[in-house]
Amino acid sequence: MVPLWWYIVLGVVLFVIGAAGVLLRRNILVVLMSLELLLNSVNINFIAFGRYHADFRGQIFAIFVIAITAAEVAVALGILVALVRNKSTIKVDDMTVMKG
Amino acid sequence: MDQGFFLLFATVSVITALTMVLVRNPVHSALALMACFLQVSAIFVLLEAPLLAVIQIFVYVGAIMVLFLFVIMMIDVREAVLQRFLPGGNLPALVLLALLGVEMLVLVLWSDRFSVTEPVAMGGGDDVRELSTALFADYLLPFETASVILLAALVGAIMLARKEQG
Repeated sequence: MVPLWWYIVLGVVLFVIGAAGVLLRRNILVVLMSLELLLNSVNINFIAFGRYHADFRGQIFAIFVIAITAAEVAVALGILVALVRNKSTIKVDDMTVMKG
Repeated sequence: MDQGFFLLFATVSVITALTMVLVRNPVHSALALMACFLQVSAIFVLLEAPLLAVIQIFVYVGAIMVLFLFVIMMIDVREAVLQRFLPGGNLPALVLLALLGVEMLVLVLWSDRFSVTEPVAMGGGDDVRELSTALFADYLLPFETASVILLAALVGAIMLARKEQG
């Protein structure tokens, strides 16, 4: 069988890659995709812990994470389309409407 | 056998995730992320969570990534394709990432709590039935809340994305 820490290390590696995408890329589409990757690596950890402790709550929380992610992506892409229609840029640094 | 499959899926998923971050064209990024999600769903199968694997494919690969591809096609990405991406451009962020990765790896490898190799046996037989019973009995209120959140997101996305008229 596969040891538990292999799954956790895979989660760590994917999380760091996703964080790199969020912090280093300036293209807002890639930033949103990296966010998906972050949530996915957390899901791997949830399900691995649930499997190795014979507990269904890991899978249930993963289902909720997926549902909330779907909602988040729909809203984020809607905002993105509205923003691009007004400012015609997809670089994060150019979007300073809220002076962030 | 299991270990070989895990190593294969993990390697491919890490490679495709790196491709997703490093590649210049957002369309290629989306396709690489799609491949990565397929590997992750295979890992869910290895973890004996077949329902989650199917949900992963339907929701992430089927819905979210198609949404991404449509939005990428709607938006003009030619300027973004031309602009170069240098990973060394942002030194503080790189240092932060290295610290984050090293810290998490050290904490995981240091502790002996994660060295379990043999999972506790499940209750036997019908895992999906037990999972859905737990979901719809014990977690009914969060489930309904999630459905309301999805509805609100649907309405919000339509309101945000439609053209202003009059």
